[in-house]
Amino acid sequence: MLCRQSFHHWLRKTMDSDKPESILRGYRVLDMAEGGCMMCGKTLGNLGADVIMVEPPCGSPTRSNEPFYHDTPDPEKSLNWLFFGLNRRGITLNLNSEEGRDIFRRLVRTADFVIESFEPGYMARLGLGYSHLNEIKPGIIMTSITPFGQSGPYSHYKATDIVGVALSGMMSIYGEADRAPLRISAPQFYMQGGLQAAVGTMVAHYYRELTGEGQLVDQSCQQAIILTLMNVAETWDLNRTNIRGHGPGMITPRPKPHGPLFTRSIFPCKDGYVLTRITGSTAGNVASTKALVDWANQNGYMTELKDFDWSALDAHTLHQEDSDHMASLLEEFLKTRTKAECLERAVKHSIMMVPVNDTRDVLECPQMAYRGLFQRLDHPELGQGESLPYPGFPVMMNGNRPKICRRAPGIGEHNEAILGELGITSKHMFLLKARGII
Amino acid sequence: MAKAVFQGIKVCDFAWIAMGPQVARELALHGATAIRVESHRKLDGLRTSGPFKDFRPGIDRTGFYSAFNTQKYGISLDYSRPRGQEVARRLVQWADIVTDSMTPGTLAKFGLDYESVARLKPDIIYFSTSQMGKSGPYGQFGSFGDVASAYCGFSQILGYPDRTPLRLHNAYTDFTAPWPLIVSVISALLYRRKTGKGVYLEQSQIESGIGMLGPALLDYAANGRISGRIGNQDPYMCPHNSYPCRGEYRWIAIAIGNDEEWCSLCEVMGRPEWRQDSRFSTFMSRKENEAELDGLIAHWTRDYPSEQLMAMLQAAGVPSGTVHDGEGIVNDPQVKHRQAFRWLNHSVIGRMLYNTPSYALSKTPPEIWKAAPCLGEDNELVYKDMLGYSDDDICSMLVDGTITTEGDLPGTRGRPPQ
Repeated sequence: MLCRQSFHHWLRKTMDSDKPESILRGYRVLDMAEGGCMMCGKTLGNLGADVIMVEPPCGSPTRSNEPFYHDTPDPEKSLNWLFFGLNRRGITLNLNSEEGRDIFRRLVRTADFVIESFEPGYMARLGLGYSHLNEIKPGIIMTSITPFGQSGPYSHYKATDIVGVALSGMMSIYGEADRAPLRISAPQFYMQGGLQAAVGTMVAHYYRELTGEGQLVDQSCQQAIILTLMNVAETWDLNRTNIRGHGPGMITPRPKPHGPLFTRSIFPCKDGYVLTRITGSTAGNVASTKALVDWANQNGYMTELKDFDWSALDAHTLHQEDSDHMASLLEEFLKTRTKAECLERAVKHSIMMVPVNDTRDVLECPQMAYRGLFQRLDHPELGQGESLPYPGFPVMMNGNRPKICRRAPGIGEHNEAILGELGITSKHMFLLKARGII
Repeated sequence: MAKAVFQGIKVCDFAWIAMGPQVARELALHGATAIRVESHRKLDGLRTSGPFKDFRPGIDRTGFYSAFNTQKYGISLDYSRPRGQEVARRLVQWADIVTDSMTPGTLAKFGLDYESVARLKPDIIYFSTSQMGKSGPYGQFGSFGDVASAYCGFSQILGYPDRTPLRLHNAYTDFTAPWPLIVSVISALLYRRKTGKGVYLEQSQIESGIGMLGPALLDYAANGRISGRIGNQDPYMCPHNSYPCRGEYRWIAIAIGNDEEWCSLCEVMGRPEWRQDSRFSTFMSRKENEAELDGLIAHWTRDYPSEQLMAMLQAAGVPSGTVHDGEGIVNDPQVKHRQAFRWLNHSVIGRMLYNTPSYALSKTPPEIWKAAPCLGEDNELVYKDMLGYSDDDICSMLVDGTITTEGDLPGTRGRPPQ
C-alpha cells in the first residue's frame, strides 16, 4: 500500500509528462557534489528533477570560491555557488554523525538519484556506498564524480583543475612555443566531469525505466577532458606525432620533409582581435577564404592574391613561408576593421571569422538576446531589486528552453520544508541544529 | 550479461564533422543501431583531414573521422538527387532518431528538415545543432568549433597577458555541445515512451560553450569585471603553474592551495628553509613573489623526469600532474586501468584506438566492437537487410549514382591512394 508521501511522489510522476523539458519532474536527486561536479545535478534540475543539495552545516566548500558578488567574501555571495547551485533546494546535514546519516538514509528512501564527488571510498566508509543505498532504496542510481575514477593507480591522487587538465592532455595543446603549456583560466576539469556525468546518469536512468534496475555511475573527469581533445590521441596513435601548443594558430602535423604547418588564426583588428584563417582544400574552407580575400580586395588589400585558386591550396604541401606571407597580407587588412564589421561581413558572406569575444561581448550579444539564452533571476537577498543573468540550458525542446527553475539555495534554506516532510518537528530540528547535525 | 541500454533504438545520422556525430556515437556505444549517411560528392570534412594512416591522405584512412563514428553503419547516398531523397525518406521512417548538424537550412533543401520528416513520421525525435542556433540575426552562420570557441569567450581567457589570445586547437565547443544534447535526446526518448509523441530538439553550440563560463559571466554582470588572460595563475593558489622537466617538451603542473601543501613541497624540493622565508611563508607573500618563486621551482624541476616528480609530490600530498601529450594520455596507467581507449580493427586503417564514454556503468558497460565505417562500407547490409531494397534496386541505384562510389569523388583530392 502506498503511504502518503510516496503517493504524492507517484502523482507528481504521472501528472507532469506533458513536456519533454520536464521529463524528470517527480524524481528526486540528493546532491552532495562540489564545484564543477555540480553541473550534473544542475542539468537534472533543468529537466524538472527535485534536486536537493545536501551541504555540511557550515555550507559547501564551493561557497568559498570567488568571484563574489560585489567582491564581498561571504558564503551566501559566491557567484561560483550561485551559478553551480542553480535548480536546487538546499539542506544541511552532518554526515559525520550517526544521527545525520540516519536522516540521510531516510531521505534516500524518497530519492531516485544520489550524486557525490567525495574521494573514492568515503561514502562507503560512512555506510552510504552504492550497495548500502541500493538496500535502502532498490533501483537507486548513484553517480560518483572524481578526478580519476573510483579505482586505479591515481584514484587517491590529489587533483585541482590545472593538475587535472595537465594529466588529461589538455594543457599540452594550449600555449606559446617558447613558454609553459597553459590551461583555460576558467576551470573546465570538474565541469566537464559533472556535465558528462549527467549523460551517464541519464543513460542509467533510461535503463532503469526499462528494467527497474539502478546502478553505479563512476565518472572520471580525466576521461571527460580526454573526450574533448578532438584528434590528439588519434594523431599519436596513427602518426606517432604529438600536437602541441604553438601560439595563436592552427597546427597541421605533416611528415618530413615539410614538418608541421602552422596557420596563423588570430589577428589584431581596430578594437581587439578576430579569429579567422586562410585555408583551402575542402569546400567550406575554400568558400570562406575566397569571401574573405574578396572583401580585402574590394578595399584594396591582398591584391596579389586576387583570383587565386583556393581549392588548390593544400595544407599537406603548403610551405610555411607562403602561409606566413598570406597571413601578413591579411593582417594588414584586418587592422583596418573593427570586430563588429568583421562579424557582420562574416555572417553575410559565410566567412569563418568571428571577434575574439570577452564576457561583456557575450552578455551583450544580440544573437543570444534573440534566443533568450540568458535568464534573469531575482536576488532580493543580495539587494533590493537585484537580479543576475544566467546562461540557460543550451538545447530547445519543441521550441522551448528548459527553465532555470530556481536560484541557488542559501545555507540550510529548505531544512524545514524537507526535513519536515520526513516528520521531523521544528522542536526536534532545533535540537539537531544545536548539536551541529543540521 | 545485461541487455544493451538502447538496443532497438534506430538512428539516422545525417550529422557531420566533429560535433553532431558524437551524439549517435554515444547511443550506438550503448546498443543503438546508427546509420551514418554520407556522400562521395559532398564529403564529410573530416574524411579529408588527418591524422591519416601513414600520413597518406584518403577518405577511408583518417583517424579524425573514425574518432566520432565508432559502432556506426556507414552508407553512401546522394540525397541531393530526387531518387536519393526517396531513399532518405525510407530511412527516416525506419529511424527513431534523426540527426542534423549542417548549417541551418541545408537539409530543408532536400526535404529532410524536421517539418518534412515529421509529416512522414510524426513521432520522430529530430535534432538540429549549429553554431549560432537556427533562429536569430546570426542564425545562418556556419563555422568550426575553434571559431565558435573564440566567439564564446574561451580564446580571450587563454594565453599570457603580454601576448595575443590563443586559438583552441581542440575546437572546444565541439566538445561542450554533445553532452547536453545527448541528455536531451534521452529525455526525448523517455517522453516518447510515455506519450507516443516525437520531439524536435534545437541547439546552438556556442550557447553550450557560454554555459561553461558561468562564473566569469556573473563576475562581469555583478562586478563589471572582464576576465582576461592570466597565464596559469589562480586567485587562490600559489605556486600554480606548469614547470619544465627533464627531456624535450616535458612539464609538470603543480598547484599549492594551502600552507600545508606548501610545506610539503618545500620538503620534497629539499628547501625546508623556504617555509620560513619571508618571501614565501604565506599565501600573500608567495603571490607577491610569484615570478621569482616560479623561477626557483623551475630550476628544481628541470633535473627530473616529470613522472618521477609527480610520484614524489603526490606521495607527499602535493597536487601535481604530468602535462601529458597525446602519447602521454594513451600510455597513462590510470587511463589504461579505466580502459578509456579500446583498439578496434578498421577495414583500411587496421588497428586503431577508439574513445569510450568517460563514465563507467556498473551494470551496463558498453560493448564496443565495431570500428568506424569506410564510406559506404555497410551499403549492402543497410539497403538490403535494414531497408528492404532488392538486389535489382541496389544495382540500378549504383548505376544512376544514387548510391555514390569512389568514382564520384570531386577532383582527385580525397581519392584513396593506388
